Amino acid sequence: MTPPLFADPSANHAREFFRTKPRALVDKVMTVKDAVAKFVHDGEYLAVGGFGAARLPSAVCHEIVRQKKQNLTIAGHTATHDFQILAAGNLTGRGKLIAKVDIAYIVGLEARGLSPQARRVIESGEVETTEWSNYALAVRFKAAAMGLPFLPMRSMLGTDTFKKSPAKEISCPFTGEKLLAAPACYPDVGVIHVHEADRFGNCRIRGTTVADPDLARASKKLIITCERLIPNDDIRSDPTRTLIPFYCVDAVCEVPFGSYPGNMAYEYFSDEDHLRHWLKVEEDEAEYRKFIDRYIHGVSDFNEYLQLCGGMARMQKLRQEEFLLNRSVYV
Amino acid sequence: MSTAYNPMELMICCAARLLENGRTVAVGTGAPCAAAMLAQRTSAPDLVVFFEAGGVGPQLPTMPISVGDSRTFYRASMATSMADVMETCQRGMMDYTFLGGAQIDAFGNLNSTMIGKDYAKPKVRLPGSGGANDLASLCWRILVVTNHDKRRFVEKLDFLTTPGYLNGPGAREAAGLSPGTGPYRVITDLAIMGYHEETKRMEVLSLHPGITMEQVQGNTGFAIAARAPLLTTAPPSETELRILRDEVDPFRYIIGRA
Repeated sequence: MTPPLFADPSANHAREFFRTKPRALVDKVMTVKDAVAKFVHDGEYLAVGGFGAARLPSAVCHEIVRQKKQNLTIAGHTATHDFQILAAGNLTGRGKLIAKVDIAYIVGLEARGLSPQARRVIESGEVETTEWSNYALAVRFKAAAMGLPFLPMRSMLGTDTFKKSPAKEISCPFTGEKLLAAPACYPDVGVIHVHEADRFGNCRIRGTTVADPDLARASKKLIITCERLIPNDDIRSDPTRTLIPFYCVDAVCEVPFGSYPGNMAYEYFSDEDHLRHWLKVEEDEAEYRKFIDRYIHGVSDFNEYLQLCGGMARMQKLRQEEFLLNRSVYV
Repeated sequence: MSTAYNPMELMICCAARLLENGRTVAVGTGAPCAAAMLAQRTSAPDLVVFFEAGGVGPQLPTMPISVGDSRTFYRASMATSMADVMETCQRGMMDYTFLGGAQIDAFGNLNSTMIGKDYAKPKVRLPGSGGANDLASLCWRILVVTNHDKRRFVEKLDFLTTPGYLNGPGAREAAGLSPGTGPYRVITDLAIMGYHEETKRMEVLSLHPGITMEQVQGNTGFAIAARAPLLTTAPPSETELRILRDEVDPFRYIIGRA
């Protein structure tokens, strides 16, 4: 049996959608609560930007859990803390928040260890999955950003990762060499955290971009959270720095420290204590329920969560760590 | 300074010695990153380090925690995209990569996806390929640094996530992977392994001081032979240990794990 394709790769279907997408230069600033209510719906395909716990749109992930969205398909592209947050929705929501996953990297938080809750969700067998590599998912977003149904690439061949994926093997029409055809992925909703955006959605990112400029263009609907709103004049004074243009964007939400407890380059480092605590508390289901009730369901927005995590004093410490003013981070 | 060393310190030194000056290497966090940093401070000052999230040629101030954190592009030559890094590999410009996994077999294939028999309901779900499959498919030489035990060195993987020599000579090329690529060295707490030129099976090149072939075989779940002449691994030098402990990992984030 061929593994299922969770996202329609048809470039023609995508064009029909993009034909109707608004292009006007209008104010898109709204709260995270309103953005999630308006643009994330049950049963949709969700792709989260950043790289694991680096430049993570945490506030939107929390809000999706808080609003108890369900039956989402997730792009598991280096999905570490984001996947861990969303996995709460399979316990504290209306049913399955995560119903299907295109897996390149999930469950783990890199060197920090595996998430017990994310493991429970996947090992229960209640989630339908297919396998990919990180580059394959990046190529799938790139194909969509290019308005194509697929792109060729040269990994995954010969492995079980390929067998559990709906990717296909093709021959190069010029050289006859075997290639992998990675189907385009046009997510229903993309969510990306950036350093700066104007009210219309023109975005600046500092540091590594991961797959986000392609993800932004591939997504049918796009929610941006930003550290800072900046004037449109700033954007126009140096347009070379715009990595995501306004016409890709549907919502702009200003969320200072919005990648917390993840790292935000040139702003603040990751809160390793909080991430360690989160992993630890997942070991006991009753304790974990209390934790999620307190930190996600018990607050009305992300700022209240930041207050619970130590507020400005904590953010100040993480900023000092980012600037290497305190080298004892790892003690 | 004590010249006594622990197994992790030896493994990092062995890995660092393999990295030639002026080459490129794609690394993750942990021991591989420590090895690249040590190499840059000893034999390979012009080694270019890449991280798959987009960090290129950083001057690492501390050990990164994540392959995507801001340390991975601190004072870097470029902060770019994952696709740019992977496509640099795909063009044939990445000489080395370091990988790991829960299981490795005699052909250097790796499993980082699951433990168990049923894919739909795994006994233990692991992260998956991440960038490992890409790096193993696209870089010239694959290096593995791992602890040596029977649970890890297995006859048959539960899931073949990442390609080594697949099922033997010619299999990578037949599958469509780039000619001339593949597993190169495996460095463990017991020995350094390579691969037989004809059979593509793992073989022991060098035993660490005080380790016997019997110990290596006893901790390996498949038959493993030694390549003649079987060497003894040089212990870490005083200089290597000093740089590793004082500059590379002063907080013993990696070397303290042994």
